[in-house]
Amino acid sequence: MTAADGDSLLEISDLSLEFRTYRGPIKALNGVSLNVRAGEIVGVVGESGCGKSVTMMAATRLLPEGSARITGGGIRLFGSDPMKLSERDLQHVRGRLVSTIFQEPMNALNPTRRIGEQVIEVIRRHQRLDKSAAAGKAASLLRDMLISEPERIMQSYPFELSGGMRQRVLIAMAFSCEPKLIIADEPTTALDVTVQALILSLIKQKARSTGTAVVFISHDMAVVSQLCDRLYVLYAGRVAEAGTTASVLAAPAHPYTRALIRCLPGLAPPKQLLEQIPGTLPDLLDPPAGCLFRARCREANERCVAVPPLAAIEPARRAACWRRIEETQAA
Amino acid sequence: MSLISTILRRLVLLVFVVAGVAVVTFTISHLIPGDPAQLIAGDKASAQTLAHVRQELGLDKPVTQQFGIYVKQLLSGDLGQSLRTRRPVLGDIALFLPATLELGIAALIMSIMIGVPLGVLSAIYKDGPIDQAARVVSVAGISMPVFWFGLALILLFYVKIPILPGSGRITLGIAAPPRFTGFFLVDSLVAGDMKAFWSSLYHLILPAFVLAFANLGIITRQIRASMLDVLQEDYVRTARANGLSRPAIILRHALPNALIPSVTLLGLAFGDLLYGAVLTETIFAWPGMGSYVVSSIQTLDFPAIMGFTIVASLGYVLINLAVDLTYMVLDPQIRELG
Amino acid sequence: MAVDGIAAPRRAAPRLGIGRLWYRVKGSPLTLIGAAIGLLVLIVIIAAPVLAPYPPDKISLSARLAAPSLQHFFGTDEVGRDLFSRVLFGARASCGIAFAIVIISTVIGSIVGCLSGVIGGVVDTAIMRLMDVFLALPALILAMALAAALGPSLFNAMLAVAVVRVPAYVRLARGQTLSLRNRTYVKASRSFGASPGYLLRWHILPNALSPIIVQATLDLGGTILTAAALSFIGLGAQPPTSEWGSMVSSGRNYFLDQWWYVTFPGLAILVSAMGFNLLGDGLRDMLDPRLGGR
Repeated sequence: MTAADGDSLLEISDLSLEFRTYRGPIKALNGVSLNVRAGEIVGVVGESGCGKSVTMMAATRLLPEGSARITGGGIRLFGSDPMKLSERDLQHVRGRLVSTIFQEPMNALNPTRRIGEQVIEVIRRHQRLDKSAAAGKAASLLRDMLISEPERIMQSYPFELSGGMRQRVLIAMAFSCEPKLIIADEPTTALDVTVQALILSLIKQKARSTGTAVVFISHDMAVVSQLCDRLYVLYAGRVAEAGTTASVLAAPAHPYTRALIRCLPGLAPPKQLLEQIPGTLPDLLDPPAGCLFRARCREANERCVAVPPLAAIEPARRAACWRRIEETQAA
Repeated sequence: MSLISTILRRLVLLVFVVAGVAVVTFTISHLIPGDPAQLIAGDKASAQTLAHVRQELGLDKPVTQQFGIYVKQLLSGDLGQSLRTRRPVLGDIALFLPATLELGIAALIMSIMIGVPLGVLSAIYKDGPIDQAARVVSVAGISMPVFWFGLALILLFYVKIPILPGSGRITLGIAAPPRFTGFFLVDSLVAGDMKAFWSSLYHLILPAFVLAFANLGIITRQIRASMLDVLQEDYVRTARANGLSRPAIILRHALPNALIPSVTLLGLAFGDLLYGAVLTETIFAWPGMGSYVVSSIQTLDFPAIMGFTIVASLGYVLINLAVDLTYMVLDPQIRELG
Repeated sequence: MAVDGIAAPRRAAPRLGIGRLWYRVKGSPLTLIGAAIGLLVLIVIIAAPVLAPYPPDKISLSARLAAPSLQHFFGTDEVGRDLFSRVLFGARASCGIAFAIVIISTVIGSIVGCLSGVIGGVVDTAIMRLMDVFLALPALILAMALAAALGPSLFNAMLAVAVVRVPAYVRLARGQTLSLRNRTYVKASRSFGASPGYLLRWHILPNALSPIIVQATLDLGGTILTAAALSFIGLGAQPPTSEWGSMVSSGRNYFLDQWWYVTFPGLAILVSAMGFNLLGDGLRDMLDPRLGGR
């Protein structure tokens, strides 16, 4: 583990979490380990249902408290356990230290209040600014998001703006209190392809210029590979593979990562049918023993009946696959 | 849909509704088993008298023509003459209406003032003790037979622990304030008669509470439900993710959005209040439209019953129209585009 | 709740499955209480003659207005009839009439509503505009006027309340039909050549039924109240029928000194209405699509 780094903002170790349902607990996370250091952009990839959002929402304690239960492992966010924070401290952490940009911009703004009021409210919550100073700051934040007439936008209601515009407002809001860490949960999934690139570059530029760390959650390997310094590939509530973006893309260690990369249209030879990953996610109500990817894996054999650990295979590279672990050991 | 086109649509519907009221009440009057003329003239009336009454009422004409006459009378504000009081029904209603409105408004205010905070609290502390208690209270309110609850409260607070008056609008011996609006509370203030004011207020407490109790349950339930809806919204999550305080999230983000759909409920609540007033007024000898209509029912005074039905329906329809327009004004999406 | 990936689409009300029902009921004692009261009411309706210690109209002038005792659990009325027996028999009139009203208005309303939704076009528009007119009127006031016009009797009160309840069910059933008709799986089924009858039987009815049943259960409580209120103001059951509302009405003359006379029939109304409201509330919560599988 690279927990030794002093400037680790978020450290999740071996986190297990389940949701209570009437059919029994759904084991959404089964030992996820992940860390984010100051200023880096980290990607978390996987298909829907693999636990990407759950992991990050658990880190900021935004999961519904009644139904989600942590069953193992721990979270350290800015050095403290968010589950143990008081409501007051939690509010300070959220917004001031960490903020989140969500997937669905359509309803993420209060429909009955003007944009300006909402941005200013967040600014004034965490910073000692009077109304006009906060308004000025809001306008400049919006301008950074390439919004040409911030004053007019601030006078608008959310329904008067397009999805892309709303998402820019939300990004401005997330950056408004200069947090150290921003969690971007599929920020472009609900948007038109044409604005996706813009939104992504806005986030990246703003993060680099302010030195903010970003956790980028996505199901899209292509998006993540362009933006991130490091990647975590999640499968069925476990980390399948972790490493720098370049090394993971160049030599994916886990068969699931390879499959994800083969699904990308850009990386496939022309006129060849895109690959699919056979099968579906395992039933997390009653997960099978051993490697959870086993049933969909072409390379599975009898070793995979046991759960593979997330082992270091190279410096700063880890993977949870027996085949790769044994290769490393042999070498 | 813009505001103006919606108003126009509602006005068109209003015309149909008013026509509907006329058709319904006319039909109901013709459903009366037996002969209305007999009813009016009495059992011992001779055939000649009956024929005379029939002619006077236009009952000898074809039904379509009768309906025409009926509508014409309605349009000129003629609701007929009460068989019991021998006065024009419209005049009677005008006399009794303010008492009912005073009671209804007091009950509405009471139920909102208790129901909204209760609904908000039970949504915030969902499944907690407050929520469970509020749920029991609201189900009790919805399930409470108003007439029985009134009797129980009279027994308790008037007979056993005599701290509140149990009947009427004002203490016997205190003169009613000179009629100006018909609302005793307003009239006594206008007249500067504080004794009458306090007495009227005192008399309002029990009946208004009885009437409010049923409504309270409905309001609490509605506010709770829409608060729970709103608290699940993405913008509440945004507010939480940005570290806003709980009171700010609840009062500035959740509650205003939860209140908007609840406004529609006010109009519907008015219908329940009207109906509840019929029973409450009977129990508390409250001299309003409810008491009037129950006495009319007991004496089979059909012109009075139908007159009440028409006025109550019209009032209900108009209030609902007003409420829906308020709703549209409150919603910026409709307001700004309209 | 959209926890991961794609936001959960607005789902249709889940059907009432026994397993899911039981899981949810277990966590909701109030719903269980409601169900127990509902069951109790049914038992009393069926077994009143067995359970009642006296015939409901047995007059005993020597025991007039007797206070509750071991002989008369709820005391006696002004002609010495046993109030406990009358309350038990009263369930037949008071709750029986409510069942009848709800069944009549549900069946008629659902049929009209489903047909209106399936047929569509001018017929649908005409029916719905008519229903709009009715729904814009204060139903209970109309029921009162109608009951008064028909003449005071339990049957007429039932008829009057049933008539004014119909439009609400028409709208509910039509709304369900329309929304189901446009669901992707129904469209898909239609694109595979399913007949309208098949669609109605396998896709629309089973899914439309749950909300209608919940609404009907919720209405039972309100209808018990309405029926009792009509009887109380003299428009429903007439003496000497044992009916809770009219018992409270006659007991009113004695309530200052003989508290038990009005108390027990009134409590019976309150408790049974509460039972059905709790049950209906619980069922509705369970069917709430927003709660999904939880």
